[in-house]
Parts: sequence; structure tokens; C-alpha cells
Amino acid sequence: MNESYYLILAALLFTIGGAGVLVRRNAILVFMSVELMLNSVNLTLVTFSRINGTLEGQVMAFFVMVVAAAEVVVGLAIIMSIFRSRRSASVDDVNLLKY
Amino acid sequence: MPTDILSPQLSYGPIAPLLIVFGTALVGVLVEAFVPARRRRLAQIVVAIVGLLAAFVAVVLLAGTHELVFADAIAVDGMTLFLQGTLAVLGIAAILLISERSLDASGGAVVSRAAVLPGSREDVALAEATDVQTEIYPLALFSLGGMMLFPASNNLLLMFIALEVLSLPLYLMAGLARRRRLLSQEAAMKYFLLGAFSSAFFLYGVALLYGYAGSVDLGEVAAATGLAQSNEALLLAGIALLAVGLLFKVGAVPFQAWTPDVYQGSPTPVTALMAACTKIAAFGGLLRVFYVGFGSVEWDWEPMMWAVAILTMVVGALLAVTQTDVKRMLAYSAVAHTGFILVGVIALSPAGLAGTMFYLLAYGFTTLAAFAVVTLVRDSSGEATHLAQWAGLGRKSPLVAGTFAFFLFALAGIPLTSGFMAKFAVFTAAVDSGATGLVVVGVVTSAVTAFFYARVVVLMFFSEPAPDGPTVSVPSGFTAGAIALGLAVTVVLGVLPQPVLDLAEQASRLVS
Repeated sequence: MNESYYLILAALLFTIGGAGVLVRRNAILVFMSVELMLNSVNLTLVTFSRINGTLEGQVMAFFVMVVAAAEVVVGLAIIMSIFRSRRSASVDDVNLLKY
Repeated sequence: MPTDILSPQLSYGPIAPLLIVFGTALVGVLVEAFVPARRRRLAQIVVAIVGLLAAFVAVVLLAGTHELVFADAIAVDGMTLFLQGTLAVLGIAAILLISERSLDASGGAVVSRAAVLPGSREDVALAEATDVQTEIYPLALFSLGGMMLFPASNNLLLMFIALEVLSLPLYLMAGLARRRRLLSQEAAMKYFLLGAFSSAFFLYGVALLYGYAGSVDLGEVAAATGLAQSNEALLLAGIALLAVGLLFKVGAVPFQAWTPDVYQGSPTPVTALMAACTKIAAFGGLLRVFYVGFGSVEWDWEPMMWAVAILTMVVGALLAVTQTDVKRMLAYSAVAHTGFILVGVIALSPAGLAGTMFYLLAYGFTTLAAFAVVTLVRDSSGEATHLAQWAGLGRKSPLVAGTFAFFLFALAGIPLTSGFMAKFAVFTAAVDSGATGLVVVGVVTSAVTAFFYARVVVLMFFSEPAPDGPTVSVPSGFTAGAIALGLAVTVVLGVLPQPVLDLAEQASRLVS
């Protein structure tokens, strides 16, 4: 079975996530797109782990999951506080700081 | 088939500074939980400063160490120790700024309850209340611990963990301003979303390099770059994606968009911490990755770094000219300085490494003290950061205006200040390595930056003060101490730089 299909799938997921960050307007969805990018990295790591025949990549995937979970805690707290003060989670509405 | 698992040799001595800082942060969490509220602030300040001093002493005792520990994951060498020592001292100065209470009528620069809605009735009551929030001390220490780990990481996975450990507390701290809370929350959200985006790029670069080299150890990546049969595309894509993550953290163009917004919106003591310490840590990581990991494939990445350095210097200098807010102006000046420091990174020589480290030290102290001066100029709504409000400040308070003017001259690189010696060090290293074109751009953009620094000095000393202008508050010993430290370092490094230059030169060795 050809492992490079998984790498292509991961690259596609990463691109979809990256595009999502750029085009989505809701902070929660932007954040979900970032999570999609991190998960595509996990898929890449596990696939390379299989290709290289070492376990390091799988261990790294666990680290990435833990860090992603910590990031969710901090990120949702920040998005929540913005939503409560503005009644909106749109990234277009946070425009006080510019130029 | 069972295989023997070799347990790595663990030696805790060389990572003592890291253990001390992380341990102090944990003690800070315990203080938060068990010490009564009215004694908490004093306890946190003492714990944080003692911890950072102990870390600095540990760095001094470790001087001369040159080894890889923890299964080659952590490199303790001259650069690591030099940057860790700098970060410990700058961390103390930042803690002093965060501890200041006498400037704002109701307490420090940090909101006491961040969950209260801005503009609500509780918020109005909170603005009058004098209670303080002390969670920021452990947060700052965790962040400083991550910063001290970042340049020491010889393993890309560990570097990613360090990146997150330094970033996550900073995202929160950016949103904790007592005044102008909407701006502060907005800064936190922008910093968080863009930071998470860039760390995803960093991580994808790590994954591709793992596919390329079969390991994320920088030594093994470097060994793999020497083999002919490896997949070149993976290496190039990996370098590019890794560079995106690192250049975002240092604030280089085209990844600088967050810098002005976050610097302006965050509480000013936190901005000072970010401007000085994050830059040092991120450049430390950048130096380690490009010198140790990709040193032998410099032809593949140098053109890209040239373009980034030139863009960073030009865009930073030109956009700073048009700014009307003093914190934003300092932010764009930070972008321009990132470009100057990148010139030293591109030199790719021991002299370039030494020059870059000296620049980071000099720049860190000057910029931290400059932001400290910004906290002193206030009106009824908090800090008066609009440049028009600074008109005629030299007549109201010659001391504060003179100090600020001196820091601006140092940032501009006028002789007899640390900024001149720092620019001289990186530019000569770059010329010796054949990057003369880059240095020409650097000198021309330095002249542009001198223009907008001088404009502020002219504004402060040669304009009429506005009738309802801001007042200059008298700080307590905390802020005064931090400014005095920055002033002393800026003067000493400008007049007698040789001992520190020698130290940087001795420390410019990377273990691999």
C-alpha cells in the first residue's frame, strides 16, 4: 500500500485549514481551521513514522495533541471574553487597533 | 520481538536555570492558592525576583559548559547561557514594571478581574477598587521559562513545546490591561489567532523535516543534509515552513502584522516583556535552527533570508515614520530592529553570532526601559500614548523627556550609546561574510529610523505643551529601578562595550 497517499491527504487538509483561517470570519471557525492544520500535521507525522520505521513520529503526535488541547483552553477563554464584551465573535468586528 | 529500551542519561545540573524558573512559577501557583489575599502581592514579587536571581546565578556558575544533555534534546552552550542570563535579568526588570502600583490611582496596569465585562457596572466599580491581580506573576514566569528553553532546544519537537510554553501565557497577559480593556482583549485575540496559525506552520515544517531526516534532532537533520540521496523537496519545504513560524515570533516582514496591534493594545509592562524577551528567545531559536541544523545548506535559505531582512528593515522604518501613537511607533521600530538583527543572523559566522547576541542584549534593555518611560506619561484616562500629547514634555519634565530622548538615540544608533555598538557589531560581521549589499540597505534604513526618533525628540523639546496635556507621574522604586537598569546598560554598553563584546565572542560557540 502506498503511504504517499496519506501525505497528499495531509497536505490537502493542511491547505484547507490554511484557507479556512484566511477566509472564515468567525473566530471560532478560524480557530477550528487551525486545529484542522494541527491534525493534518499529526497525520503527516504518523505516516512518516511508518515510512521511516521509527516510533518517534507517533510519540510526537501525542505531544501535538496535548499542546493543541492547552491551546484550546487559552484560545476559547480569549474568544469568550471578546464575545461577552462585544456580542460577536466575528474577526471583522475587532477593528479598534489599526494603522 | 522485545527490544531493549535504552534510558537516556539525565544530568540535571546543566539545565538548572530552566528548572529554577519553572519551579519558581509552580511556587507562584501555590502562593496564589494558599497565601491570604492581602499578602499575596508581596509574596509573589519576592518569589519571582528571588527565583530569577537564582536562575541568573545558576547561569553564571554554568559558564563554560558546552554539552548536549537529555538525549541531545537540550544544548547548553555559550549562546544558550548568554541568552538565558540576559532573559533572567530582563525578566526581573519586567517583573518590577508589572509590580508598579503608584502610577494608576487604583493600582497596577493589570486588571484585577479579567472576566468582568468592559463597560459594565462591575467594571466601573472595579476601576475604582484597589484590589490587585497576582496571577500574572506565575504567568510571566512560565513564559520566561519557555523563553529560556527556546534557544536551548536542540530538538525541533522540544522547540515547538517551548514555543507554546512561551506563547500561551503571553496571549493571556496581552488581554489583561486595566484601562482600555476592549483594545487589550482585541490585542489578545489577534495575537492568539495569528500565533496559533504560525505555530501550525512551524509544526508542519517539523513534520516534513522528520520525513526528510528520520529524526527531529538538529544534529541528525544536519547530518542528513550531507547525504545525496535524500528528498530535497521535503528539506526545502521544511526549512520554509519552519522559517515562517520563527520569523513570525521575531516579527519579521511579511509576518509582522500582529506586532503593532499587540504592542499597542497590551498593558505596557507586558508589552515591555514581549518586546525585549520574546525577541531574544525567538532569535535564539532562529540562530540555533539555521546555524546548527541548516548551516551546510546555506545556499538554499540565504536568498530567502536576504529578501526577508531587506523587506523587514525597509517596511519597519517607513511605516514607523507615519505613526501617531508612541507605542505603535516603538512597535514598528521593533520591526526595523528585527531586520537589523537578521543581518547578523545571515552573516552565518561566529562573529555574526556574537554580534547578534550583543545586539539582542543591548536592544532588550533599551526597549524595555523605553516602554517603562511610556507608562509614566498619563492623563485622566490612563497612559497618554498619542504623540500629540507628548508635545512640550521636555518643558514639563526635563528628566523624563531627556531619559526617553536618550533611549530613542540609542535605538537610532547614535555613537556613545549601546545601539551604535550593536549595529556596528552586526554590520561588520555581515561585511566580513560578504553580505555588503545587505549592510548598505541597513545603513540607509538606519538613517530613516533616525528621522522618526529625532522627530519625537523635537516634539518633546521644541513644541509648546498642550494646555490640557498629560502629566508625568512620579513612579515608585519599581519602575524607577527598571528604567535606571536600562539606562545604565545603555550607557555602559555604549561607552565601555569591550567586556561584554568579549563575553559575547567567548559565548559564540554552538554545540552540535
